[in-house]
Amino acid sequence: MREGYVLAVLLVMAAVTFLTRALPFLLFDRGAEPPRVILYLGRALPPAVMAMLVVYCLRGTSFAAPEGWAPQALAVAAVVALHKWKQNTLLSIFGGTVLYMVLVQVVFV
Amino acid sequence: MNRKAFAAALPATVPVMLGFLTLGVAYGLLMDAAGYGVLWTFLMSLIVYAGSAQFLGIQFLTAAVPLGQVALMTLILNFRHMVYGLTMLKKYRGMGKRKLYMIFSLPDETYALLSSTRPPEGVEPHDYYFAVALLNHIYWVAGSVLGGLLGAALTINTQGADFAMTALFVVIAVDQWEEIKNRLPALLGFGATLLSLLVLGPDRFLIPALGAIVLSLWGLRCQLEDREGAAA
Repeated sequence: MREGYVLAVLLVMAAVTFLTRALPFLLFDRGAEPPRVILYLGRALPPAVMAMLVVYCLRGTSFAAPEGWAPQALAVAAVVALHKWKQNTLLSIFGGTVLYMVLVQVVFV
Repeated sequence: MNRKAFAAALPATVPVMLGFLTLGVAYGLLMDAAGYGVLWTFLMSLIVYAGSAQFLGIQFLTAAVPLGQVALMTLILNFRHMVYGLTMLKKYRGMGKRKLYMIFSLPDETYALLSSTRPPEGVEPHDYYFAVALLNHIYWVAGSVLGGLLGAALTINTQGADFAMTALFVVIAVDQWEEIKNRLPALLGFGATLLSLLVLGPDRFLIPALGAIVLSLWGLRCQLEDREGAAA
């Protein structure tokens, strides 16, 4: 049951991802002009979707007690600061994650 | 296989190698921490081959998200690939059987490399493109499998490690914020999702938020396109 669901998720994600990569070749390889709305959404969606995903990842935040929000707030601030400072993607992710792990395992127990 | 093309592609792909191995290890570790063995990690990286979608996929799996929602989220998250494909139409023309693999093997990093580097003198461009795409794919699969194996071998307390996904999306958002002049789409995405979360609660806010984002971007199209034109 669980294996079947995991396999289904895998196949759906693979098929949809391939579709987004293949559609331009299927539709526009013979020289047809791509609709401007596709080009527009391809440029305007990514920043909107990334902002959406950040909120999605933090959906469990609660303001009832400090441990419900402080670790996330501090770690996100650290990621932003680290990234603005060094502009090294891996360093920013690693630094923020280690800080978050220390905060939830040691500081806000 | 063309040895010359691979020799030329290898140095160009080193930055992606470092990035994919590390991010792949992180992905494998998180999959293991979520209870999915290295075989699943291997299959995901081999046939889905989309970094941020795969990280999001861990959330789908643990929350048992319905398949329709999985499809919709993957579509929206990977919509940007449509634009990548459009710019690769000419480059891939005449690649024969390898073209299908090239179309599949187009994550952000491969797109970035193929649009910025040129094959050196004396190397057939199609062989070079193929070598770049295949090497990057190998790095990603190798990193993920390594992460899955490490996760199974290590017995550290992984509580909080899932923050790596949040950090990844924050980093991409910061990069986009710096790079894209028009901040309205990012603010809109943030505002619409937050509003939806506050109104509908954490279990079913995502699809309405997604709908609101697509519709409002659609509605603001003329205005946003004008501004893009003015900025260009």
